Amino acid sequence: MLKDQDRIFRNIYGLEDVGLTGARARGVWDGTKALVDLGRETIIENVKASGLRGRGGAGFSTGMKWSFMPKDVGERPHYLVINADESEPGTCKDREIMRNDPHKLIEGALIASFAMQANAAYCYVRGEFFRETEALQRAVDEAYENELIGDNACGTGFKFDFYIHRGMGAYICGEESAMIESLEGKKGQPRMKPPFPANVGAWGCPTTVNNVESIAVVPDILRRGADWFAALGRPNNTGTKLFNISGHVNKPCTVEEEMGIPLKELIEKHAGGVRGGWDNLLAIIPGGASVPLLTKEMSSTVLMDFDSLREVRSGLGTAAVMVMDQSTDVIRAITRLSRFYMHESCGQCTPCREGSGWMWRMMERICAGDATPAEIDLLEEVTKQVEGHTICALGDAAAWPIQGLIRHFRPLMEERGRGAQPVAAE
Amino acid sequence: MTDAPETFEFDAEGRKRAEAEIAKYPEGAQRSAVMPLLDIAQRQCGGWLPMPAIEYVSEYLEMPAIRVLEVASFYTMYNLKPIGKHFVQVCTNLPCWLNGSDNIMKACQDKLGVRSGETTEDGEFTLLEVECLGACVNAPMMQINDDYYEDLDSGGTAAILDELRAGKTPKTGSQLARFTCEPLGELTSLTHQEDLRAQKTAGKVNS
Repeated sequence: MLKDQDRIFRNIYGLEDVGLTGARARGVWDGTKALVDLGRETIIENVKASGLRGRGGAGFSTGMKWSFMPKDVGERPHYLVINADESEPGTCKDREIMRNDPHKLIEGALIASFAMQANAAYCYVRGEFFRETEALQRAVDEAYENELIGDNACGTGFKFDFYIHRGMGAYICGEESAMIESLEGKKGQPRMKPPFPANVGAWGCPTTVNNVESIAVVPDILRRGADWFAALGRPNNTGTKLFNISGHVNKPCTVEEEMGIPLKELIEKHAGGVRGGWDNLLAIIPGGASVPLLTKEMSSTVLMDFDSLREVRSGLGTAAVMVMDQSTDVIRAITRLSRFYMHESCGQCTPCREGSGWMWRMMERICAGDATPAEIDLLEEVTKQVEGHTICALGDAAAWPIQGLIRHFRPLMEERGRGAQPVAAE
Repeated sequence: MTDAPETFEFDAEGRKRAEAEIAKYPEGAQRSAVMPLLDIAQRQCGGWLPMPAIEYVSEYLEMPAIRVLEVASFYTMYNLKPIGKHFVQVCTNLPCWLNGSDNIMKACQDKLGVRSGETTEDGEFTLLEVECLGACVNAPMMQINDDYYEDLDSGGTAAILDELRAGKTPKTGSQLARFTCEPLGELTSLTHQEDLRAQKTAGKVNS
């Protein structure tokens, strides 16, 4: 289990003072100038060496992403966009950073922005997080008043502004190019790549989009050393991670743990175990709504990191663990997720716009016991026609949970439809 | 509920806030402020966006009205028809559903006498079933106007609606003996804050 001294988010429950005084007592803004003075290349090298992989779901190397930005600022300014549009069902970690430890995020934003020579960061917060936005804005105001950010951030001579942009209810804006569109005042519909945001991003300028948690851990990495971070977890899956444990557990909670912690240990140590005991477990979705579910057998041994979960054909995603016990109608559960993707499809690509609705209607048929085994085959075939055939990953995300259900619970789906008659051709 | 006004313009406070929003964005990119400006207008109109407000924002930002309408109709938090004074949004996505959001929805329907998408006759409440609101470890939950009510049960949900109807201010956040997202009972991490946790949850009782 992760030791308290190795935790990065030391006020994740908001029990201590959230303001600047409390943040300073926890070491935030301590010697930030010296971290900036390390210089751009050293900062990026350290973030690379720490092994930090993006905490928003895709798990791409954060340091590598930063290095894609142009080395020098030309005619176009650079921007950092912070993805706080936390909307993946099951996920509620960035919310806690913003309302309980906001100074960590702002300090990280300054350092990241300096490393990429961005004089401004835009933090895109989902609109429903109104109180969280207020908490973050209070921290931003404090940081300006104390000259931690602004024209001469922390006395470094570097000009840095931190702006909050509120979303207005659209899951798709969590996709980085949709977020940029939205920031420009348009419908949040993903852009074709290339060009990549590091070349043509917000307002046509070089832009990097990073998740809140990825940015917030950067100051600790630099302060304690890339080696410290890299020593936690397993190679290629390093550091600490915020986990959200919801569903059928005795004590749902958010907790920071070491990457690679066994899923069973995570649930039993922090969430009070599965309701009715581990043997009462049916399935777990380990990384937010988009990733395929795990059976009890898989859940008993799997480690919570990118590579371990990929090996079992699921994913760490946002590390949002949703636990379902034996009382769950797992077909109904996945049907609910299918409805979500239909609701959130932006409508731009035909396979997703039409497919997400079709897949949901088919899931409803299966759920109601009206579908024959041949229809399950047809559904699986359609998920593969959607997957990989859209501009962004929402189509994939709509397909994967269904594929996981068919992979692990096909007998249950067939049983449900026992006696169903094929639909007669007209 | 507010009837559709024939004209709209920002009040002094709204104008001030609008200017502060526009100043956040690079020069020439004032269109980026369309989302916050629509939100300011919506709040001034009592929670929804009548056409005159949309047209006003388009003139304010010197952008075509159709582009503003596109934004207003794309994002779910803009209401294109009037809503009640209390906008009750119940999450029924997976973690909430696993923890009984069907009961929460039913409690709201029974108490308010309306179904999802409807407004009570007195214009006090609008009920809506919504997608994940990002408070999953505190499920089931609902949002009413700008506040979250978490770790709900049927009785507690009905009590919150009663309090609102009576003009009171119900307690927001977790309705259990939790401060935020920590596990119920003793802390399993950051254990040096256990005394703080006990203090901050002392007045709260688990139902």
